[in-house]
Amino acid sequence: MTVHPFVILFASIFTSNMILSNFLGMCSFIAVSKEIRTSLGLGQAVIFVTTGTTIINFLVYHYILMPLGLEYLRFIVFIITIAAFVQLVEMIVERYMPTLYYSLGIFLPLITVNCAILGVSLFMVIRSYSFIQSVVFGFGSGLGWALAIVAMAGIRQRLKNSPIPKGLQGPGITLIITGLMALAFIGFSGIVKIQ
Amino acid sequence: MLKLKEYKNIFSMGVFKDNPIFRQILGICSALAVTNLMLNSFVMGLGLIFVTSFSSLTVSIIRQYTPRHIRMMVQTLIISAYVIIVDIVLKAYYPTISEALGPYVGLIITNCIIMGRCESYAQNNPPLPAFMDGVASGVGYTMILLIIAFFRELLGFGSLFGYQVLGGWWPRWIFMIMPPGAFFMLAIVIWVANTLSAKSEEDQLQVPATAKAGGVE
Repeated sequence: MTVHPFVILFASIFTSNMILSNFLGMCSFIAVSKEIRTSLGLGQAVIFVTTGTTIINFLVYHYILMPLGLEYLRFIVFIITIAAFVQLVEMIVERYMPTLYYSLGIFLPLITVNCAILGVSLFMVIRSYSFIQSVVFGFGSGLGWALAIVAMAGIRQRLKNSPIPKGLQGPGITLIITGLMALAFIGFSGIVKIQ
Repeated sequence: MLKLKEYKNIFSMGVFKDNPIFRQILGICSALAVTNLMLNSFVMGLGLIFVTSFSSLTVSIIRQYTPRHIRMMVQTLIISAYVIIVDIVLKAYYPTISEALGPYVGLIITNCIIMGRCESYAQNNPPLPAFMDGVASGVGYTMILLIIAFFRELLGFGSLFGYQVLGGWWPRWIFMIMPPGAFFMLAIVIWVANTLSAKSEEDQLQVPATAKAGGVE
């Protein structure tokens, strides 16, 4: 497949947005999208971790697993890479950038179980991207995820004073808004397409 | 040994009262992604039941030998091992379904339901109840998946499990197969479930209240 990296970048942010068209990372999307500040923190962390783990997983998959014929072990290997990467980032950030550490704080460990991160690595393998394509795809997916969660937080802050039916409060209304956002993002879908 | 009644209790907790999807909003990533066709949802549900039940069982068996601070890592590895089994079996026997589900089979690993059951139940309970608890959660999940898929496939393609049900007169709602349809459908399911359970809780609250009033008189 020879898709231009720029196309992948655009597509992964808008047309194949991780949340709005692939439903990945929904758990933390619903749980953490109550305030703009916190969701911005989580968004940054996700961008950083998706980019980093996609690079590492690409190298591991193509230079360790493929030559050894161990492709079926990729789930375990990817999840270990992600857990280790998150742990490492946490230690480095804590040591050298304490202010950033306090602002990201609790979000870093949460990221290990964010399906968007593992999803990006799995998509990368399934669509057999090259190295550059993978890096761009990882970064774009993270950015798209962050964009969606920040937009959602902005909308949810306004919801506090709205009369929402009782059974629909909380996750219910969040899902409906996500649906509307997804509808809006479908408007981009004619522009570029990856899979 | 546990009695039959207690198993029943575990089951009704997992399937209805504590249903992972509409009560705890867990594991909805895959719930949304695979529900455009009933067959996909069914296979996904079976895979999840298998993984939750057996990983709960395994976690429970080795719970006394696992050091507490690395238990998350151990649980993740156990879960991944079972997911790999599911993936390989699907690839070997049902290649078309495996292709349709794509990365979502692998994403069972990060499905919070499994981790949640391991952490909250299997970690502190003997193997057999833990196994049943896993099955119950998985069944609860599969049930919701099938409900959502039923409406999405029926309205979107006019078919059920791939068999044409509605004739040519049915204007297919392409919207239902696309991502927004999934979001709206899940929101509606949660809404209905919340309203129903709120009603039954009110009934339960009212019964003891009246009984007490009678006792005082």
